Amino acid sequence: MTIITDSTSASEGRIEDRLYEEAAHKGISRRAFLKGTGVLIVGLGMGGFTRMLDPTTAAADFSSIVDPSKLGSWLAIGQDNSVTLFFGKVDVGQGLFTAFRQLVADELDIPMERVKVVVGDTAVTVDQVGASGSTGLALGSPPVRVACAEARLVLLELASARLGVPVEQLTVHEGFISVRGAPSKRVSYGELIGGQRFTATLQWNGELGRPLSVTGRAQPKKADQLKVVGQSIPRDDIPSIVFGAEHHVTDVRLPGMVHARSIKPPVAGARPVRVDASSVGNVPGVVKVVTRGDYVGVVCEREEHAIRAAEQLKITWSEPSAPSFPTDWIGLFDYIRQAPSRSDTVVQNVGNVDEAFARAARVVQATYEVPLQAHASMGPACAVADWRNGEMTVWSGTQKPYGQREGLATFLGLPREKVRVIWKPGPGSFGRNDAGDVAFEAALLAREVGRPVRLQWMRHEAIAWDPKSPAALMSLRGAFDSAGNVIAFDWDNRSFSHQDVAPAENPPGETLVGQFLGFKREVRNVIGTPSEPYTFPNRRHTTHAIPPLKEMGSPLRTAHLRLPTGSVVTFASESFIDELAAAGGADPIQFRLRYLDGSRQATLLKAAAEAAGWDTRPSPKPGARADGAGVVTGRGIAVRGGAATVAEVEVHLETGRVRVTRFVCAHACGLIVNPDGLKNVIEGNLLHSMSRTLYEEVRFDRSKVTSLDWESYPMATIADVPDRIDKILINEPDSPPRGAGEETSAQTQPAIANAIFDATGVRMRRLPFTAGRVKAALTAHR
Amino acid sequence: MSTIGLMVNGRTYSVDVDPETPLLYILRNDLKLNGPKFGCGVGQCGACTVIADGEAVRSCVTPVGSFKGSRIITLEGLGTPEKPHPIQQAWIEEQAVQCGFCMNGHIMNAKVLLDRNPNPSEAEIRQGLESVLCRCGTYYRVIRAVKRAGELMRAAGAAK
Repeated sequence: MTIITDSTSASEGRIEDRLYEEAAHKGISRRAFLKGTGVLIVGLGMGGFTRMLDPTTAAADFSSIVDPSKLGSWLAIGQDNSVTLFFGKVDVGQGLFTAFRQLVADELDIPMERVKVVVGDTAVTVDQVGASGSTGLALGSPPVRVACAEARLVLLELASARLGVPVEQLTVHEGFISVRGAPSKRVSYGELIGGQRFTATLQWNGELGRPLSVTGRAQPKKADQLKVVGQSIPRDDIPSIVFGAEHHVTDVRLPGMVHARSIKPPVAGARPVRVDASSVGNVPGVVKVVTRGDYVGVVCEREEHAIRAAEQLKITWSEPSAPSFPTDWIGLFDYIRQAPSRSDTVVQNVGNVDEAFARAARVVQATYEVPLQAHASMGPACAVADWRNGEMTVWSGTQKPYGQREGLATFLGLPREKVRVIWKPGPGSFGRNDAGDVAFEAALLAREVGRPVRLQWMRHEAIAWDPKSPAALMSLRGAFDSAGNVIAFDWDNRSFSHQDVAPAENPPGETLVGQFLGFKREVRNVIGTPSEPYTFPNRRHTTHAIPPLKEMGSPLRTAHLRLPTGSVVTFASESFIDELAAAGGADPIQFRLRYLDGSRQATLLKAAAEAAGWDTRPSPKPGARADGAGVVTGRGIAVRGGAATVAEVEVHLETGRVRVTRFVCAHACGLIVNPDGLKNVIEGNLLHSMSRTLYEEVRFDRSKVTSLDWESYPMATIADVPDRIDKILINEPDSPPRGAGEETSAQTQPAIANAIFDATGVRMRRLPFTAGRVKAALTAHR
Repeated sequence: MSTIGLMVNGRTYSVDVDPETPLLYILRNDLKLNGPKFGCGVGQCGACTVIADGEAVRSCVTPVGSFKGSRIITLEGLGTPEKPHPIQQAWIEEQAVQCGFCMNGHIMNAKVLLDRNPNPSEAEIRQGLESVLCRCGTYYRVIRAVKRAGELMRAAGAAK
């Protein structure tokens, strides 16, 4: 185990080769693309490529679904000795593709500059789900590394035949295979196979998506043989962003493209009874007003006119006979407390909890409240759809291009081979956000008007109608014996389902427009629960899934938001552990170490504490106060899974304003591929979850969401950024990457709550810790 | 509809649109620029920022008709991969991007800030960019990137 303390800064970046993307924009097939880049057909240079860009000569080729057992599905070698990797993960701002290029460079012994990636295009890349629970490297890289190792072996065998020496006497360096001791006898990858496809096969387990696995004759390299891995290589996608190149899904432009906007009901559950298309008669360039089921959209030649038409269109809406929701946001937790449960699950039951509580010398209990929060991505969801020759192509920012293709096929009544989803980077999604909905609406509209349609939601839709993270009410109890040991721990979690809409947009009833058109969805009462790291002798964890506030067509449908389940439950569990420590008069870290089962969390706690200069003592700190004027300070810690985070805060006693002055985060996520990329991800997790801790709560009345923009749904700004964020990276080279995309977003909320307690003696149990709420708690405490 | 002349990134354009149309849609859809983004459409997030006559302007709420005679600079007008503006160079060196959707706003507002105050304190950077939003939590690196950009710009100025 190595602790990396360097902070290698980035050097010059590169503009990625965008030829493939351009081809994909024009509906060019994989085959045509490979032809164009000289992979399939020898001698076709840029002239050939240019001809391939002509959409009339290049109808999309959907005839072959990518087969994971074929090595050629994963890798292609160009005549220029370049490597193109095709794989089925997508990136949502974590720099995944650079990490993959590092892995490929190491496995194939080729300069990283010669490695390109093609990702998330259902017609040309193997189904590896897309983004899913921070598994980009954890699940995405093993088959890629196997494919690379196999390709390297195939290339060595080809070189052996070409050079007339056994494989054992060959060596590989920077894409050239040479004879040991005779470096002039050499051949490049490109000379061996450039322009042709690999014909070798891999052993495939027959699964697509998360469980997909392949094996080959060759083994991927051991960690100590990796050289590019472990370096802070600059991300390859950053230059295109800072120079304003085409990059995001919002930047896709097709010839003849028109613009659309969708219209949401003013009241959840209202249905369009009459749509008066003549009411937009004075808007220039209206292509069509589309009404299908309960969905209404407008398509115009120009975007500003689509926006105007959507505002101006006169729609008579039905008036729901009852309020849309059984509560408003103020009464949410009272509602959750008394709502019927649809599914009760005892997740964990060790020992005899009831017996232990019956004999306890002391019982501590507390209830924690986590509100509905929005993904609220930086840009409202956008998709471009092209209906051509009976085939639908959608450029989408979804995290799940393969699931979206399946859902779209059902939605449109097409065979899956006739639907292609081409992933393009969206604004950071953090889970199942509105990108999962907009693509279906764009596809519907494109088929209606027979022209390429670009649809983007408006800001008010993107906060109000985006799926929400599930609100939860968590009651915890702890029992001490007379010697001050914790003898029982009882956890009761009442929550909305974490999958009121599924993570992938399949079947179409999992989308808003699907529901507007009458597609059904499966009811899933899913409340995931991370494993408890504490070995209290008696412990129980129970969950109760309560029904959604509205079953169908709801702006308050719930879904994953960054770290499915983790951040919600960790707020309660790690706050409560702190309460137990305080009740027992123990230092928060010492208390945790006493009960932790594994060495990993202990290592993380110690690493974070050491870097933070942790002052070992119980909370609240001597002199902590909740009254008067001025600023008090405190520190708190929380640990979960592969990370421990210390938060240091200032609390302004007059206003109740909380400011985080420093985070220290120790993170272990297996083999570290790109240390600076990991640091960037950690900073993002900390700041995003800090925003959720201090500001974010979706407001709604009994009929609609009233959080509609950044004033009614405030978030953290640059003024809130801590003075210092220390990242302690714990490399575990013998463990494969375990996933870092979200892990460090779970500890922030309890760490801040624990720090506020340390500073003031006041325990904050309801998120977010707005100044008003903290002020009220300080006042009540006096 | 009326014909409006625009000067964007040193080139002149003539567009025939309703003068009330927000500039953003002209830049993105007629001039095919990618830098300015639609983030909120109500001037709250800064993703659409352009610089007009030295001022940071939110193009999603500012009518194109109000830019007659203005010199507009977008992200594309700052620099190129071959000849990056020091701010773009600093952004790459600091790797100050996550999803990148908001970065146009941060970079363009940083330019206005640095043009006025070549050596801002951290407090001045925070104040200067407070109304530009980022959802991914890239702010920490944005602060570093602005500091580095200031250093690069001052060094370039000293070299002249």
